Amino acid sequence: MKNKVLRTGILKLKELKLRDWARQLHSFVFTGEDAKTDKGTFPWAPFKAMVQKEISDHFRNWRFIILFVIISLACMGTLFATLADGMKAIAVDSSGNNFFFLNLFTKSNGTLPPFFGFVGFLGPLFGISLGFDAISSEQHRGTLSRVMAQPVPRDSILNAKFLAGIIVISVMFFTLSFLVLGAGLIAIGIPPTAEEFMRIMVYTVLSIVYVSFWLNLAILFSVRFKQSATSALLGIAVWLFFTIFYPLIANIIIKAYEPSKFASPRAIYFYEKLKFYLVQLMPNELFDGITSAILVPSVRSLGPLSMEQLQGAIPSSLPLGQSILLVWPQFTGLLALTLLCFLLSYVVFMRREIRSRG
Amino acid sequence: MEEKSIEIKGLTKKYGGRIAVDNLNLTIDKGEIFGLLGPNGAGKSTTILMILGLTEVDSGSVKVCGIDSSRYPLEVKKKVGYLPEDVGFYNDYSGLQNLMYIARLNDIPEEGAKKAALDILAEVGLDDVMHNKVASYSRGMRQRLGLADVLIKNPEVIILDEPTLGLDPEGVKKFLQLIVRLSRKKGITVLFSSHHLHQIQQVCDRVGIFVKGKMLAEGKISSLAQQLFSKNAFTLEGVVSTVGQEDNSTLSLKELVQKMDSIPEVVHVEMKDSRFVVESHKDVSAELSRMVVQSGYGLNFLSKKEYGLDDIYHQYFQEDNNT
Repeated sequence: MKNKVLRTGILKLKELKLRDWARQLHSFVFTGEDAKTDKGTFPWAPFKAMVQKEISDHFRNWRFIILFVIISLACMGTLFATLADGMKAIAVDSSGNNFFFLNLFTKSNGTLPPFFGFVGFLGPLFGISLGFDAISSEQHRGTLSRVMAQPVPRDSILNAKFLAGIIVISVMFFTLSFLVLGAGLIAIGIPPTAEEFMRIMVYTVLSIVYVSFWLNLAILFSVRFKQSATSALLGIAVWLFFTIFYPLIANIIIKAYEPSKFASPRAIYFYEKLKFYLVQLMPNELFDGITSAILVPSVRSLGPLSMEQLQGAIPSSLPLGQSILLVWPQFTGLLALTLLCFLLSYVVFMRREIRSRG
Repeated sequence: MEEKSIEIKGLTKKYGGRIAVDNLNLTIDKGEIFGLLGPNGAGKSTTILMILGLTEVDSGSVKVCGIDSSRYPLEVKKKVGYLPEDVGFYNDYSGLQNLMYIARLNDIPEEGAKKAALDILAEVGLDDVMHNKVASYSRGMRQRLGLADVLIKNPEVIILDEPTLGLDPEGVKKFLQLIVRLSRKKGITVLFSSHHLHQIQQVCDRVGIFVKGKMLAEGKISSLAQQLFSKNAFTLEGVVSTVGQEDNSTLSLKELVQKMDSIPEVVHVEMKDSRFVVESHKDVSAELSRMVVQSGYGLNFLSKKEYGLDDIYHQYFQEDNNT
């Protein structure tokens, strides 16, 4: 009897706490620092208006239109290059995989880089171009203080810019992926398997994450620097550094540690690990790892593998779940970098004084 | 007791080592038009930013309509309309679209907002150009659109930071009339910051003179002027000509000065070459001109010196240095 009372008591207590927790979580998620706590509802309508405005600004912007045209042309070009020559490029495969649709994204006949190469190369540029003047142009035009004088939390403007950017990027990447899928469907004549379709969707989502990293970096620069040109140049400089200079530097470091032919396996293993981790610092390398694992199902490791690990492995492709598991660290790293940029923009922006201009 | 719209207590803001606003105390009653008068860099804009919670307060407190603006800036911003100096708009949107965007940010229901926006645009005289892009607007039109922006949220307090900067005299006059009319009609409290004395004089009930982060004087314009110029309210400036007047009847310049000084209301006479400055309690221009002519001199010109903002600052700086 006593036990039962106690148990129900504990249960009730738990229930109470849970509800409390939920409420706390709700108020934590839905009220910014700026919001008044006793009327703790987030003003959604103004936020929606801001996001809508940002999206329509992006779509009406010549910068976006030009970049969109360039990227679509590049992708279409690679698609036709891949499909030319009687689809030799996709059909011939030594490992005997029959993922025709995935090959559409990863293979080319050599005249142009494959689809994913273009996305990896132009995606950052796209992200930078969407974000580099996000805050600085508002400041420059004198609209920032005007918007900030309205009853919207200060972070809303950052969130709206970021969300609008992500929506625009998502629309574009899904459009491109579906265009390639559709063109492939017409050219090959067989529909993609569920696995292939899922892989392409996962790839698209991950490339959105990748581009949103660059978007966030550009927004961070636009918060920090008053001149849009400075932040644009800095964004491009970072991009160039990671695509061109960092690999050079990493190479030099790796060269210095290169073991001799007769080095112990331990030394060789260390060398390979070093090579792997040095390269993994780069966001574009992280993304390359992700694309190759997701779009090429036969990839079973992104790092070095020892002979023991390979022993007994069946040379076949991995299921999607395993491929995702394989890129999970890379994905987490990319997400962490994105969030870090976002956090830094927050820290810089939230405490800033907002003057009318300059 | 009247309701206080803005209450500032011991407000201080520092930028590095420089004190921008120094222990400021100020209360503004509801429905009052208060003029914040001060030179550039006096800390007017900083004070306004702190009232709105757009910059952090180092010490002291600001309450707008009883709400602490550093803790609940959102609630304050719902009640306060702020027109920044040199306000910017989205240039590729029309005036109406710009206004509607602000209405949306204020969470005003769409249908009501549209009607209110049209009414307000008519009120500020932009109804014929509201579908044009803001890029094509003149400075005065932008400023009026800024006022419309402020009014759409139906504020209890309006803060205008140098709203007349860059407007032509006619534009300034119209703009000021508009503000006064709206304030009186709706009982809105207005805080008007400017460095033009005569503009403040035209519209404000009460004025605060703000120099180097400190409120030097505060009160009604009339009392302020009395306070300032009680000693020597009039200053006359003139030039006497001596050409071809060198006969016996002519007094020397020194004697003339003495004679001028003998007028009972005159406090101080200064003569340099042929230019003289006379300070007095009353308007003595008639006596002065007669005296000059009778002394055998020609009077080239005689003018009453108007007291401008410069003189007020000057006056206050002097007092500041003396004490």
